Amino acid sequence: MSDLLEMKNLKIGATVYPPDEAPHDIEIVKGVSFALEKGKVLGLIGESGAGKSTIGLASMGYGRGGVEITGGEVWINGRDVLKGGMKGLRALRGAEVTYVAQSAAAAFNPARKLMEQVTESTLQHGRCSRPEAEARAVELFAKLGLPNPETFGNRYPHQVSGGQLQRAMTAMALCPQPDLVVFDEPTTALDVTTQIDVLAAIKDAIRDTGVAALYITHDLAVVAQVSDHIMVLRHGEKVEYGTAEQIITAPREDYTRALVSVRQIDHPEKAPAEPVLTASNITARYAGTAFDVLKDVSVALSPGQTLAVVGESGSGKSTLARVITGLLPPSEGAIDFAGRTLSPALAGRSREDLRELQMIYQMADVAMNPRQTVGTIIGRPLEFYFGMTGKKKRDRVQELLDQIEMGEGFIDRYPAELSGGQKQRVCIARALAADPKLIICDEVTSALDPLVADGILKLLLDLQKKQNVAYLFITHDLATVRAIADSIAVMYQGKVVRYGPKSEVLAPPFDDYTDLLLSSVPEMKLGWLEDVLAHRKMESAGH
Amino acid sequence: MRIPIAALIGLILTTCYFVVAIFAPLLAPYGMAEVVGGVWEPSSEQFLLGTDNIGRDLLSRMIYGGRTTIFIATAATILSFTTGAVLGFSAAVLGGWPDQLLSRFIDLLMSIPTLIFALVVLSVMPVTVPMLILVMGLLDSTRVFRLARAVAVDINVMDYVEAAKLRGEGYRWIIFREILPNALSPLVAEMGLRFIFMVLFVSTLSFLGLGVQPPQADWGGIVKENADGIVYGIGAALYPAVAIATLAISVNLVADWILNRTTSLKGGRG
Repeated sequence: MSDLLEMKNLKIGATVYPPDEAPHDIEIVKGVSFALEKGKVLGLIGESGAGKSTIGLASMGYGRGGVEITGGEVWINGRDVLKGGMKGLRALRGAEVTYVAQSAAAAFNPARKLMEQVTESTLQHGRCSRPEAEARAVELFAKLGLPNPETFGNRYPHQVSGGQLQRAMTAMALCPQPDLVVFDEPTTALDVTTQIDVLAAIKDAIRDTGVAALYITHDLAVVAQVSDHIMVLRHGEKVEYGTAEQIITAPREDYTRALVSVRQIDHPEKAPAEPVLTASNITARYAGTAFDVLKDVSVALSPGQTLAVVGESGSGKSTLARVITGLLPPSEGAIDFAGRTLSPALAGRSREDLRELQMIYQMADVAMNPRQTVGTIIGRPLEFYFGMTGKKKRDRVQELLDQIEMGEGFIDRYPAELSGGQKQRVCIARALAADPKLIICDEVTSALDPLVADGILKLLLDLQKKQNVAYLFITHDLATVRAIADSIAVMYQGKVVRYGPKSEVLAPPFDDYTDLLLSSVPEMKLGWLEDVLAHRKMESAGH
Repeated sequence: MRIPIAALIGLILTTCYFVVAIFAPLLAPYGMAEVVGGVWEPSSEQFLLGTDNIGRDLLSRMIYGGRTTIFIATAATILSFTTGAVLGFSAAVLGGWPDQLLSRFIDLLMSIPTLIFALVVLSVMPVTVPMLILVMGLLDSTRVFRLARAVAVDINVMDYVEAAKLRGEGYRWIIFREILPNALSPLVAEMGLRFIFMVLFVSTLSFLGLGVQPPQADWGGIVKENADGIVYGIGAALYPAVAIATLAISVNLVADWILNRTTSLKGGRG
């Protein structure tokens, strides 16, 4: 056997317990087969529910939370891991196969030092002595670009940043010198600017140690940078398998083609007009803190246009939304909206102010009351602002559902009976029901699968055209910004560092931060990571 | 929908008790305070459970006693939940000083043992059924307040509540339409436990002589009246004890089932 890992007709199932229904079995993975050679990287890609993480964990003979491997074989190093019993699995996990989870913050024990945790499984398996394991960990810390590799292990998880923690977790996985590492969305929770460093570190570590890897992600552009082969999954079935180059440049299946061409919406920029919203010199801080989260922020937004507020987490972009909505009164500055000055606090605003300024949230799940039907959720603003009741209200709700392309049969459903994309559409309809002049969209697509997110963006643009509503679009995703913005404000540490029409903001010369941000967005081409890193090296040498 | 066997037993027994309580005058063979036989007669065809310490039919006393006890416990539970939940939700939604004021006042009440507090109040106030319900309900509402506030604080930070606030909704809508439906399942489960606590509470008070006043029957009172009989090997005092125990268990079985059914955590208990 030359293959390190081979899965033959793998089937994975689980029992679901829907409310008011008898429990029944469903199939999560429906007979997937593939092989992975030593030292190669296979990217598993697909939307949520495609079964990619489940397959990744199955390579360790593990099913998470009631998930069971119901059929097929998993061969590692010429052994069928499903037949090895508990003892065989214990020898396998943490030694031959290791795992890097999505959220490193949740995967580390906060009460123990990093070094103990990084070397734990190595020592557990008796692969080497403690000094040897620690020496190897330090070597890995250095290889992964962690600061002060000699002393890094003496820190506790809360004393390092998210990106560093993710790299420490990679070190933990590589420390026992495994044959296979399963990376489960290792960079998804990170900011773009951090993601690129972690990605480069992981790629180097894989190359230097010669380990094989399964790289699981929903972002095709990311997986294209690290993988030799890519397998596209959907609904637990293999859609397409090929080399990274073939998948990116010549996809055979329609579904893969859609994934490759995601976010290529053409949106010509509109000329600025008399603004509907002007925020001038906003400074704000949270109660009980002595730190300004927003520092002298000024932006303006024209009617029927989109202002994208971009920045990494902690840059203050969501705080700006809270200030505009009145949830956080600013300590300085004023907000003018539709020709009048808004009261800084929510309590001082008129019903008309509230109606014309609506908001859509990132997590549609928690933005809707789970105990209200779609009809109530969308109908309430109609009743509240326009006094509509009975049949008139129901007709209008249906009209709004038609506008968000959902149609008949949804009005009496509860949010739990909708898909992720449908939930977000209902939230859009709720905002539209108030007939607003401005909608604040707070990361509305970042919790959605790429294709679903594309649909939402197209819907938002379409609605903007018809209803002339303005969007303040908060996001960390520059691909989204390119697709929908008319003007852009780049935020960094509470300040607007770059602001203007899209064509100006996205054209050189760049300031340092915007350059870093723009160049960090993964592009759908092979070798992008190397190009960016080489470009950055040259720049820093030039300075 | 399949009802687990334990919950089914609980449901049947609880329903039985409530039916008996409601239709007591129709079901009882004799009047509540009617002296019909000798003192502590053994069970016979005429008196199914025998007679009590002054010759009243024990079965009739039990049936009427159940009616009193269950009525008082139910009324006090409803009072305690309405007060506790409304205050708890308000404290969570209002926040700031109203929350502080209410919470500290409730802490103060809770620091005094409930039974002692009730005994003190009832020894200076006239002991009537409405007074009993009021004292028991209000004292117990402190516990409901704690739970309701804790649940509501979690719900209050959800985006859908924020969305309602941004829409300009008043406190009434936020409390009753946004928070209450989502806080219902922990509260309903708690309701079963509080109800049982009320049954025990009213029985304790009656046993101590500060609860339901004779000749009106209630389970705690029946224990008190017949307690002396135990010395002579007469089990009359045990019937109400058994009734209290079975009611407590069956209500708990139902409450457990409701909690299991409505909780979002699947594959947990049961």
